[in-house]
Amino acid sequence: MSSAVILLHPDDNVVVCRRTVIAGERISIEGSMDVIASTSVEIGHKLARFALPQFSKVIKYGAPIGSMTRAAEPGDWIHLHNMKSDYMSAHTRAVIGDEP
Amino acid sequence: MIANGYLRSDGRKGIRNVLIVTYLVECAHHVARRIVELSADSQVHLVGFPGCYPNDYALRMMKALTTHPNVGGVLLLSLGCEGFNREDLAKHVAGSGRGIDTVVIQQSGGTRSAIEHGLAAVKRIKSQMDDAAVRTPFYFSDLVVGTICGGSDGTSGITANPAVGRAFDRLVAAGATCIFEETGEMIGCEGPMGERATTPEIAVAIRASIAKAESYYRAMGFGSFAPGNAEGGLSSQEEKSAGAYVKSGHMPIVGVIKPAEIPPSPGLYLLDIVPDGVPKFGFPNISDNAEIVELMACGAHVTLFTTGRGSVVGSAIAPVIKVTGNPDTYRRMSEDMDVDAGRVLEGLADLDQVADEIVELVKIVATGAETKSEELGHREFILTYKTFEPSGPSCFPR
Repeated sequence: MSSAVILLHPDDNVVVCRRTVIAGERISIEGSMDVIASTSVEIGHKLARFALPQFSKVIKYGAPIGSMTRAAEPGDWIHLHNMKSDYMSAHTRAVIGDEP
Repeated sequence: MIANGYLRSDGRKGIRNVLIVTYLVECAHHVARRIVELSADSQVHLVGFPGCYPNDYALRMMKALTTHPNVGGVLLLSLGCEGFNREDLAKHVAGSGRGIDTVVIQQSGGTRSAIEHGLAAVKRIKSQMDDAAVRTPFYFSDLVVGTICGGSDGTSGITANPAVGRAFDRLVAAGATCIFEETGEMIGCEGPMGERATTPEIAVAIRASIAKAESYYRAMGFGSFAPGNAEGGLSSQEEKSAGAYVKSGHMPIVGVIKPAEIPPSPGLYLLDIVPDGVPKFGFPNISDNAEIVELMACGAHVTLFTTGRGSVVGSAIAPVIKVTGNPDTYRRMSEDMDVDAGRVLEGLADLDQVADEIVELVKIVATGAETKSEELGHREFILTYKTFEPSGPSCFPR
């Protein structure tokens, strides 16, 4: 229970923060190499476990939850700025009305 | 036996004995609200339908809600000229043996006299309800529990939702009826969900309900995904779906029902909340309470509400138990939260311990103990227009 993150499924390429992690913090992940958090990331958000190329699937719960819109390095925050749904667009207050 | 229930004429049992003051058009809302306020009784609740145009779904929903097992009496508030069929509704309630009265504001002579008439009627119905109350042992087999999530974040799908799923497993095993819904938030989960169906027909109904949800939400232009979901770390509809789906636990799915359809026997049901036909009246459920209202119309005595960001709502008619999966939210809003599933993230509890705690709380609430939202006076209610075709026989257990 000492790790700052949870690996939900062995196939996942992202991990979920159990608490807020700080930029530069070394994160140990069950069953794989440590990563360094490249930015501070809040509880419940995701970090890349491996390098994720553009267009690759993001895997969480052992299932695809979207695709990378740009590449990410291990320890990068994975969210709307670098991934998107394969089903329908997510919206935030900033982008309401901007979506097609 | 888990509690001392209220026996109703249809054989169902309530865990509360509430009088609902029901406005049948927005024009009667103020008078209805004043009657509830001046009654100053925590067991007199306000519900209503705002529209003037008639709607079969709204009438069906109101018939189901006014005869909900937690409801012992009903006061209808009509302006007088609206489209809602108040006579049909009143006849339905009277047929159930409940105390019922109707105040028509235009016939009462205006606001003040309608409030006076309404207050007198509340007093009369209340004393009738208290005299007529039949107390009877309430078992798990009498219990209907619903679940929804609201204000989900990246913690919901790994703490609160799987804990509720395990609580559902325990409740179904004990003989209760459990209902999960939010088909718009199950998009992408239809494959594994169909495999849990007890008959091939139910599997077809499950997959059809999710396909309908996807095309409906696509037409609306937005999925069931709020800005707060993204702020809480969820990045896509399918990520939210995977987290929402685990609320259903692991039991077989014995039926697919629609709002205001009562599960005919215990077990786990999927509630299909997306309207049938071409999109007509807008978003399926415009906010969390619309979902709670539909669960209640299917007979839910209590709703397990999981939240990451921190919802504060409760409900008229049936108590809401709020389970937060986010330990920071629990600390910030503990006065609103009944269960802290965030302890799972902190290593202070496991999912089974939280599930046991939820089941215990359901039992305690069934005995009459108030949830946090009941204590705080939350009695939210919302009902809007929809269109549904009745479910066919193949959607129910054989």
